[in-house]
Amino acid sequence: MTAVAATRAPEPALEREAVRSWKVPIALAIFTLVALVLFVALGRDGTSTFRLSTEADAFRLPDLALPTRAGCIVLTVLMAAITAYSVVRSRAARKTPLWLIALFGVLFVVAFLTWASAGAAVPVPGLLVGTLGLSVPLIFGALGGVIGERVGVVNVAIEGQLLAGAFASAVVASVTRQPLIGLIGAMVAGMLVSFVLAAFAIKYLVDQVIVGVVLNVLVTGITSFFFSKVLTPNASVLNSPPKFSRIEIPVLSDIPIIGPALFRQTIIVYVMYVAVALVWFFLFKTRWGLRLRSVGEHPQAADTVGINVARTRFWNVSLAGAIAGFGGAYLTLGAVGSFNKEMTAGAGFIALAAVIFGRWDPLRATLAALLFGFAQNLQNVLSIIGSPVPSEFMLMLPYVVTIVAVAGLVGQSRAPAASGKPYIKS
Amino acid sequence: MTDQQIPSPSQAAPIVPDAPEKEPGESRWHAFVREVTQGSVLISVLAVLLSIIAGGILIAATDEDVQRAAGYFFARPLDTFRAIWDSVAGAYSALFQGAVYNFRRPGFAAGIRPLTETLTFATPLIAAGLGVALAFRVGLFNIGGRGQMLIAAAAAGWVGFALDLPFGIHLLAAVVAGIIAGGVWGGIAGLLKARTGAHEVITTIMLNFIAFYLVSFLLRTPVLQAPGSNNPKTPAMKETAVFPDLFGPGYNLHAGFLFVIVATVVVWYLLNRSNVGFQFRAVGENPHAARVAGINVPSVYVWAMVISGALIGLAGTAQALGTIKTGFGSGIDAGIGFDAITVALLGRSRPWGVFAAGILFGAFKAGGFSMQAAEGVPVDIVLVVQSLIVLFIAAPPLVRTIFRLRTPGASQRPSRRRKAVAR
Repeated sequence: MTAVAATRAPEPALEREAVRSWKVPIALAIFTLVALVLFVALGRDGTSTFRLSTEADAFRLPDLALPTRAGCIVLTVLMAAITAYSVVRSRAARKTPLWLIALFGVLFVVAFLTWASAGAAVPVPGLLVGTLGLSVPLIFGALGGVIGERVGVVNVAIEGQLLAGAFASAVVASVTRQPLIGLIGAMVAGMLVSFVLAAFAIKYLVDQVIVGVVLNVLVTGITSFFFSKVLTPNASVLNSPPKFSRIEIPVLSDIPIIGPALFRQTIIVYVMYVAVALVWFFLFKTRWGLRLRSVGEHPQAADTVGINVARTRFWNVSLAGAIAGFGGAYLTLGAVGSFNKEMTAGAGFIALAAVIFGRWDPLRATLAALLFGFAQNLQNVLSIIGSPVPSEFMLMLPYVVTIVAVAGLVGQSRAPAASGKPYIKS
Repeated sequence: MTDQQIPSPSQAAPIVPDAPEKEPGESRWHAFVREVTQGSVLISVLAVLLSIIAGGILIAATDEDVQRAAGYFFARPLDTFRAIWDSVAGAYSALFQGAVYNFRRPGFAAGIRPLTETLTFATPLIAAGLGVALAFRVGLFNIGGRGQMLIAAAAAGWVGFALDLPFGIHLLAAVVAGIIAGGVWGGIAGLLKARTGAHEVITTIMLNFIAFYLVSFLLRTPVLQAPGSNNPKTPAMKETAVFPDLFGPGYNLHAGFLFVIVATVVVWYLLNRSNVGFQFRAVGENPHAARVAGINVPSVYVWAMVISGALIGLAGTAQALGTIKTGFGSGIDAGIGFDAITVALLGRSRPWGVFAAGILFGAFKAGGFSMQAAEGVPVDIVLVVQSLIVLFIAAPPLVRTIFRLRTPGASQRPSRRRKAVAR
């Protein structure tokens, strides 16, 4: 908090309980301004079509056609209204509710797609399916990161855990011809990476960021080495795992628009829904979670009441690694169908960003991961509908949005107090 | 964002080198001998040794001759050991000959060429490593090397091929442009951190993507794209703008290396001898205490990121004007932005440590490729050895346990050691 506290002089009106924060209205105002310039001032004529169902759907919705210019204006006005409401709330020293900010985000995205797709059709189901697909490893990685940081160990090794999971699941599933056993292999591999992280961070008191970064390099090196030397010459035996097939959930998958994206997926994705809910439940509603968080916030106090800090950290970091490794399996057994050198391509670092963006909360981190997944998927969609401005700028936009959002909305968040600090029992 | 949760590798730097405390009445020679036999020097050497052994195990285990010989191990065990020796020694001697001195070439001038290759690879690694290390010392984690290098390379490259300037001034202008561009790109993250508390890990990662798409876009427009070409690639640099070769055309080593030496000296002076550096280190150790002591913490964050970005910008400049003079694409950073993190860690965020670590990693890079060509050992083994070295060096107690060394100052407990070094 130093950075913020130092810029802001101590306010005399501290007796008023709530402090007015203008960050949210300012951030929303910036986005509204962007929308005004981009979607209204530089508005485009034509019709934007949203294709709401695919050929395979049971209930087929008709395509939704919007006049581009009018649609953008309406959406921008709605965004301006939310901004105005946020200003009013801030004047009264009250927070803008999170759901309203989320609604704002959705409106912005819809306006953006409307504007971008003038004269073309956006395949909405495909957009959602692609987003979820790219988000799965990010979400598992973010869950691993959240658990790690909550228990007081910064997990920078998410990238390594994902990669180890992807590698192990490909090899194990290829050899046994059983994708389910591949999943177990992925969890074990992720856990092994975590063991090293935990051993060095907890026993040898090495800085956790150092271990994390180095483990990423180590796993990259080992998997790439074995890929070139062993997997490639024997690809048919060692690197052709059977992929999971998609399972349709009978009624739910027929829900229009979201059904195919959410309920026509592989088993890994269904496990993910459960995992997100379970991690949240266990972190905040059980004794285990309370202990975990106390170790991450104030290890000395936890120690005093008889919690074994080192053991709690060790096993929870291992659990975090297993979860992240599971996410790595999605890359090989769910998406690509074989292992590739450095196939995570920085997903672990994006998951780390999602952890921080999501304020160390499993649900918020999941939403952040979905946002990043959407950002990456935009590339595919823009290549279908064509892009009004050079596509690079469209691709850049989500990352700019993230920076503005982090600076404006998340700036005042607080990490678990003892995260990254070794605990030395004295 | 609290400062409490900033990953603080800066703190690790003082923890890691467990310099033995000088006992009263001990002669300097004694202290030196103790330092060599028990202290960080020995630990570093043993760490390198352990890592090389681990790499050797990987090489031997995946070697086909070894696997074949192991098939009849109980009939003729010596064959297995000979195969292991052949594969491991072959790989490492190829590595050495590719990185330091090639005995198969006639004469010193040809034999020493690999060493100049090593220094060429080391040049951007050192520059970028210095940048990351400087940020570490302030308690900041700059993962934005990729973006800073790309922007710097684009700026330096543009000056390098688009402007017509006299010899000397042109090169200087291009280097300055690259350094400023890198500094500005790093400074954005610093400014965001200082003003809003946005975590630099997020902002630098996001700025990497933004820089990549920005440069990709420019490479498709006449600003950076070579005229008459369809490839997203710049034209070749003008003769006046490239770093001149240090040892003539037969060697790739260029004057960028001299710039890097100067940069190391400057960073050393800045961190260890200047008022600014004192403020940097104070904020890195404890931002709360620094603020109480009257140091303007936000301003330190901004300037640290600017300087960090500028140093990484020098790395991008060295790539654009020295390594790849014939024009570059959006892959000009070659992963150096991330390698630099490991370099900074191995160098323990000390300027000369980073310099040495950069040369070591440069040697691994140069030798790795010739090892892959000569022995068929994938170059990725280098990553394994590099990361193991950093891991072992970061954990002296582990190395001591493996080699059963005495802990310096036998009664020392970890907690006491921390306090002792924190002084």
